[in-house]
Amino acid sequence: MDGVINLLVNGLATGMLVFLLAVGLTLIFGLMSVLNFGHGGLFAWGAYGGVWLYGVTGSFVAALIGAVVIGMALGWMMERWVIRPVYGNHVQQILVTLGVMLVLSEMLKVVWSPNPLKADVPPLLSGSWEIGSVILIKYRLFVIVIGLLVFLAVQLVLKKTKIGLIVRAGVMNKEMVQALGIHIRTIFTLVFMVGAGLAALGGALLAPYSGVIFSEMGMQFAILAFIVVVIGGMGSIQGSMLAAILVGLSGSFLAYYLPELSLAGNMLLMVIVLLIKPSGLFGAKG
Amino acid sequence: MMTLLQVKDMQTFIEQYHILQGVTMDVTPGEITVLFGRNGAGKTTTLRSIMGLQPASKGSIHWKGESIERLATYQIARKGIGYVPEDQSMFYDLTVGETMRIAMRRQDDRTMERQEWILNVFPDLRTFWNRKTGLLSGGQKQMMAIARAYVNDNDLLLIDEPSKGLAPIMVEKLMQSIEMMKAKTTVLLVEQNFFMAQTIGDRYYMMDEGKIVHQGSMQELRNNGEIRRKYLGIA
Repeated sequence: MDGVINLLVNGLATGMLVFLLAVGLTLIFGLMSVLNFGHGGLFAWGAYGGVWLYGVTGSFVAALIGAVVIGMALGWMMERWVIRPVYGNHVQQILVTLGVMLVLSEMLKVVWSPNPLKADVPPLLSGSWEIGSVILIKYRLFVIVIGLLVFLAVQLVLKKTKIGLIVRAGVMNKEMVQALGIHIRTIFTLVFMVGAGLAALGGALLAPYSGVIFSEMGMQFAILAFIVVVIGGMGSIQGSMLAAILVGLSGSFLAYYLPELSLAGNMLLMVIVLLIKPSGLFGAKG
Repeated sequence: MMTLLQVKDMQTFIEQYHILQGVTMDVTPGEITVLFGRNGAGKTTTLRSIMGLQPASKGSIHWKGESIERLATYQIARKGIGYVPEDQSMFYDLTVGETMRIAMRRQDDRTMERQEWILNVFPDLRTFWNRKTGLLSGGQKQMMAIARAYVNDNDLLLIDEPSKGLAPIMVEKLMQSIEMMKAKTTVLLVEQNFFMAQTIGDRYYMMDEGKIVHQGSMQELRNNGEIRRKYLGIA
């Protein structure tokens, strides 16, 4: 039973990290129909930025905020100069965003180091709580709490604010949003920046979680995030949350009980969901 | 009388197809102008080109004397042109209230008054204020689409075939409501249902194969069975 709880916490924490990466991806695809393979690069930049800022300032909060700012700034540049010229063309989007992914990844080596960097858990969040015979690692619980808070905040913004309603309306019908006098391009840029900021937050949170970061980490997590977006349904935040939890938990439990299946587990999960519901768990689009 | 909207020799291509082949028309303030024509005549494309959703490749569109054919859709809408598309384009996952909220460009007293007025015209929208628009009936969706366009202080509403797929009683109700709007805004109405549209229209344009082939007062069309037979297939 103790092992099950530990696997549960591990799975949920991993799920939350993937969710932070997937939330931007799903919104960007849902609203802008953009397949952004460079999203993982923003995740990696968040991780490096966070580790660097933590080293410079000694404040983990400042590191997280700084990582989000770095992600948003990169997101703004990416949308403005790379994505905007290829709106509406998926083939070009795949090519240029894959290129961006490689550039972002290589730039990490130039700016910081080609070697993996060590990332420390802040003292306040290191260690664990023991409840009976169950050991709960503080940092993993922290990641779960942050993931849930981000989910609630995104839900609140999307459901209760006018800008959130416009984003949701844009996912459903961009043309009609424009016919109401709303400049959808501004909304696109904003969503892209927020998505990039959340990806960077995910990266900054992952660094102390895994203890080591490397420039190619973005691609590794981006694949998981794409699986989550497809399982959850393109454009659905709730879908991404549920799918991220499923992916996190299946990865955690399979790695322990059926390690030979752990790599194929996520793909199998995606195949099963798509066979039952081709538009994903919460997807409205085919 | 001053012209609100002036379209001259508007030509629009969709991919390689030459859909609008020189549309010229005027919309006069305070009137209901009806654009008639068979399926595929180019009526919907005309409205979409005016809105900038299907930009015209040639010709000019003037709004209150100002050229708007190169503006983006959101800029055209902000000039004061509301659009009710043929398919209603519901934000299916948003409620009636949420849809009205995002439709409002301002939340001043004047806009709130317009919202009150339209909710009195379409009380169903008040009843189903918290219902998702995707769950509304066909007629209610049409009411929602009209209310969404009307709520702002628009000087012109482009309404694309509101009677499509609706029961006759609902069509009659919608036509009455459009006539009530006439006191507050100008309407360019696309319709195939001549019998309903002729009860509220002041002037008409007849489209065929991407061109305006006839125009005049609605009374003239009522008296001209030949044009009705030729272009609408009715006596």
